[in-house]
Amino acid sequence: MIPAVALPVFGPALPEIILSLGALVLVLVGAIQGERSTRLVNWLALGLLLAALVAVLMLPSGRATTFGDAFVVDGFAKFMKVLALIGSGAAIVMSTDYMRREGIDRFEYGILIVLSTLGMMVMISANDLIALYLGLELQSLAAYVIASFHRDNLRSTEAGLKYFVLGALSSGMLLYGASLVYGFTGTVSFPGIAATLKGTPGIGIILGIVFVAAGIAFKISAAPFHMWTPDVYEGAPTPVTAFFASAPKMAAMALAVRIFVGAFPGILAQWQQIIVFISIVSMAIGSFAAIGQRNIKRLMAYSSIGNVGYALIGLAAGTAAGVQGVVVYMAIYLAMTLGAFAVILAMRRGQAMFEDIEDLSGAARTHPVMAFCLAAMLFSLAGIPPLAGFFAKFYVFAAAIEARLVALAVIGVVTSVIGAYYYIRIVKVMYFDEPRGAFEPMDVNLRWVLGITSAFVLLFWLPGIPSRVLAAAGAAARSLF
Amino acid sequence: MTVTAAFFYLFSTVTVASAFMVIASRNPVQSVLFLILAFVNAAGLFLLMGAEFLAMILVVVYVGAVAVLFLFVVMMLDVDFAELREGSLQYLPIGALIGVVFLIELILVVGTWAIDPNLIRVPAATIPPADQVTNTTALGRVLYTHYFFAFQAAGLILLVAMIGAIVLTLRERLGVKRQDISRQVARTQETAIELRKVPFREGLKDVA
Repeated sequence: MIPAVALPVFGPALPEIILSLGALVLVLVGAIQGERSTRLVNWLALGLLLAALVAVLMLPSGRATTFGDAFVVDGFAKFMKVLALIGSGAAIVMSTDYMRREGIDRFEYGILIVLSTLGMMVMISANDLIALYLGLELQSLAAYVIASFHRDNLRSTEAGLKYFVLGALSSGMLLYGASLVYGFTGTVSFPGIAATLKGTPGIGIILGIVFVAAGIAFKISAAPFHMWTPDVYEGAPTPVTAFFASAPKMAAMALAVRIFVGAFPGILAQWQQIIVFISIVSMAIGSFAAIGQRNIKRLMAYSSIGNVGYALIGLAAGTAAGVQGVVVYMAIYLAMTLGAFAVILAMRRGQAMFEDIEDLSGAARTHPVMAFCLAAMLFSLAGIPPLAGFFAKFYVFAAAIEARLVALAVIGVVTSVIGAYYYIRIVKVMYFDEPRGAFEPMDVNLRWVLGITSAFVLLFWLPGIPSRVLAAAGAAARSLF
Repeated sequence: MTVTAAFFYLFSTVTVASAFMVIASRNPVQSVLFLILAFVNAAGLFLLMGAEFLAMILVVVYVGAVAVLFLFVVMMLDVDFAELREGSLQYLPIGALIGVVFLIELILVVGTWAIDPNLIRVPAATIPPADQVTNTTALGRVLYTHYFFAFQAAGLILLVAMIGAIVLTLRERLGVKRQDISRQVARTQETAIELRKVPFREGLKDVA
């Protein structure tokens, strides 16, 4: 006799199911049609991401769990999934022309991006340690492959190998920490862990949290686990770097919020000091180490390390306002990063790509619109009002001050001023140095990405926009508490 | 009962002895064969515990796949293990020191071991009584019903690994003769056969 088994509810996981089935179909299409199908697969992958986006938006409001509580959909998950899907879609749009010119336009790129996005969505929705690890691994494994997508290029393969080895190390640390947490609480589910951990925890659980934090810090490239970032960002093909800096980083940040706020709310004081330390070190490294960089991709790597530090300020607060700050920060960071990379991808003369800051000399005279947009992105990254980046920093600092982390907020402001130096130096190079010759005209896809992100960054201050974004982020953050 | 005990001692003695031989044997092929012996005896130990599914999996996966793979690699790679091991004796003092330190730590840990009674909780999936549910069924229920989601996600991870391996290593090789069945079938008499008139008593010298 076969006992009746209750089928799990599939509704909340509909976007993930769309992506996974779609990825399988894309593999088939690619395998049957061969290399000619690259264009088709890329567009289909984009369509899949859009379909998943629609599915996420159509999900009923409120909190729903399924698959034996391993998978949760709430306001926070939906908000972050929308951001992840937008980031991945932009990564595909920005890659097509570059990949074709470099002769690496293989159809697997779109499929791997879709699978990586699926991993991000599983991470964002993870409600137990097993789902967390599986999502993280799915996302990172696809990322390792696309880092070395330009397999005949030494630097690209080096980037992939470095990313893989260090990523495997960080996964090991995360797993070790997770096993300690499981061992000392007797459950893998986040609500279960939260119910167990109250008051003063034992030394074992703290050790577990430290290891989990180290593993996650690797994934979000927060100092002191950031060493891989500049090399991988420099070596990977530029559209891949744009992808790494946007969607996966955001998903890993969502994961950090999910595990620390979802599983360890009872022992805030224990992990708060870890996050505060990581945040301060990241901000410092992000602003000091970027000063000497000549390669703009390396500079963006340090910039992303610093930005993760600022976003972690919100997490360190451990309050709903703090999480709201993180969510707003990551949304604005996504737009700024994609915009900046759209310009970096347009730095091309003939067939050769240029990556040095000096190559932008006098771009304001040869390409006034592009230079203006990049200047807006950089001023925004530096946090200068009234651009979007100012609001991003403002909300996390405000949340930190509310949570009585005044020293952390002050350090954040100081490092942000130091960081402004290297952002504004690029603006100076573009506007006041002698031109070195014009770049090729920008590809249409890049124009779209740059136009939309610039409009977002430049017009964020318009009355009504900040309050609406804030309200959506606030609703997302409150769903965690 | 005594028969079970006898088998237990048989299996465990052979397991430990063959595990020792894995590291002691000079010939790497013999090492792998001893490893297989250890696996099979461990499978016997599982059988004694009533875990028949694990026992069979151990034989199928470890002996059937992993050990054969080892054997394959050992035979493919021409590694002289005896030469590799030559200088290992000079590290013996340091190795012994570290071993002793670990031993002391282990004794300290085991000596002060105390399990907090609060930590013993109901596991996520309880073990059903063995006389009602075979352990194949029990494992299947846990793996394919309770952890259905994790199982599917793991499958997708393996898919990514496969795509990645193909993307990074598959190369179209030029200058290789391949069998093209459609071309073979499409051949007609005109393209396949050439009729030449060979003049009498002249040989083949200007035909080709």
